[in-house]
Amino acid sequence: MAAASISVTLDQIFVLLRDWLVHFLPAALRPFASVVLGVVAIVAVFPGLFALTTVFERKGLGRMQNRLGPNRVGPFGFFQPIADGIKSLTKEDVIPFRADAAVHFLAPLVLVVAVFMGFAVLPVGRNMVLVDMDAGLLFFFAMGASTELSVFMAGWSSRNKYSILGAMRAVGQMISYEVPLLLSSVAVVMITGSLSLTKIVAAQNQYTGIFPHWYVFTPWGFAAFLMFAIAATAETNRTPFDLPEGESELVAGYFTEYSGFKFALFFLGEYLGMFSISGLGATLFFGGWSAPLSFLNVIPSWIWFFAKVMAAIFVFIWMRGTLPRLRQDQLMNFAWKFVLPFTLLDLMVTALWRFMGEGWARWVVCTAILAGAYVLMGRTAMQQKKFGPRSYRYAE
Amino acid sequence: MLGEGIIKGMLETAKNFAGSFVSADRLTTVEYPEQRIPTAENARVFPFLVYDGAGWEAGLRCVACQICEKECPPKCIYIEKSKDKKPDFVGKMQIYPVRFDIDISVCMSCQICVEVCPFEAIKMDTQFELATDDRFGGLLMDRQQLAKSNEYYHSIHPAEAAEVDARLAQEKTAAEAKAKAAAEAAAAKAAADAAKAAAAKPETPAAGGN
Repeated sequence: MAAASISVTLDQIFVLLRDWLVHFLPAALRPFASVVLGVVAIVAVFPGLFALTTVFERKGLGRMQNRLGPNRVGPFGFFQPIADGIKSLTKEDVIPFRADAAVHFLAPLVLVVAVFMGFAVLPVGRNMVLVDMDAGLLFFFAMGASTELSVFMAGWSSRNKYSILGAMRAVGQMISYEVPLLLSSVAVVMITGSLSLTKIVAAQNQYTGIFPHWYVFTPWGFAAFLMFAIAATAETNRTPFDLPEGESELVAGYFTEYSGFKFALFFLGEYLGMFSISGLGATLFFGGWSAPLSFLNVIPSWIWFFAKVMAAIFVFIWMRGTLPRLRQDQLMNFAWKFVLPFTLLDLMVTALWRFMGEGWARWVVCTAILAGAYVLMGRTAMQQKKFGPRSYRYAE
Repeated sequence: MLGEGIIKGMLETAKNFAGSFVSADRLTTVEYPEQRIPTAENARVFPFLVYDGAGWEAGLRCVACQICEKECPPKCIYIEKSKDKKPDFVGKMQIYPVRFDIDISVCMSCQICVEVCPFEAIKMDTQFELATDDRFGGLLMDRQQLAKSNEYYHSIHPAEAAEVDARLAQEKTAAEAKAKAAAEAAAAKAAADAAKAAAAKPETPAAGGN
């Protein structure tokens, strides 16, 4: 009994801490103060996680290429982000002479603010969500989509060909993949019957025996998760979809003309975007803060949430260490000819699943449809076109 | 099937990731300041001046012939000849450099000075950690900074140094033999002259010179 109560206390420790801190204030100020505390927590925790991730990413990538990775600053190189931060703070902040100074200045701020807004609706643990919105998912996607605005602001205001090319690529890519990203989460909404992220988590936080009812363990959920993961990778501009900032051809893409702390802000925004989309993926398909096995519920819920996010980040890094960059036409082909049709099919399969009722029949039917479609579409739609030798019309 | 290649690739990187923690020979990184790979025998960075014996000033092989100064493509060598002379390794009196500067910020490590030196006095060093915060004075090497002992030369380029030593020894014995022969010839000539003089003395008026 004592152990159980300790586990509950640990689970709710941040909520209790917030309430304890707030109770010193007059009652009128309490709701406001608790929101401010929540914001402070988000603004403190995720950039901290960003700092950790940069060093883990560099070390992990190094290991994947049989290198050591950074190991000089502090024990095992873990103070590297501090050195990087000092460096980016002390660097000169250059604004190109012909740039649109105001827009150029605002772009990184808009990015970081928009990305931070997304965290407001993410349930980080049991009772740990800043704003429990009924349309949480919609709000999240609205905020996620507004990062495109900042990307285009940055690219357009820099007056630099690399920036504008990067921004064009980024906007094209993000809009193309926004559609499957949304549609794959619609499957979850169809089953849960709610756009509220807390309700989505609650729906998955049930167990048969010791196994959880996570959506990823259903045929439609697994397919939706795969499409979500692909679209999320493209949304966050990570390899193999990192065309907008392809170093080898575009210097740094849309933030070529940024230096010093603004560059660091873009970097931060990008990683925060990764965290938020990983958090959303965990919430939609992996039961958010719920434990993977029923008896593991003694471990606090927020630990599970962050463990899931970090696992997703590891997969992002792993993919970055493995895959080469796509070409723009391959990227678009993949989005419109494979991912989008497959998510649409998945929506129908989800509806079928919803209306076939309990039983093994829906498992067989849904799995067969999805697997068959995957194989067929992979064979036909993604067939490599064999181009003949290139012929030049004028230059020969 | 679509995605097979991706899984294959992911497994490969996973193998690398795990393997690099287990087997040390996967990691090829040499952590430089602490760990070093010995430099290759033919490595060359900047030239130095070889000296024999204990004192660098007395033992410098350089005779300030200025061939290297003239041949140097980027003209990074500056030599001032001495007014007096000192004996070289075979004992011949030679002038020596009172100033011998190499600007290593200009030097391009071409080794032409080494090729042209007839006295085996200038050789290539393997010392590469020459970074300095004084980019003018700190990169201008004077005579004393450039002078390194023959033992040091042996330690960095053993085969080449042995060859050079053998050649110098040969030259020295040849020079000694020549000097000995010359001395003997001179002695013989002197003796012959003396004998001739002794023989010729009584009949001085008849002497028409030899």
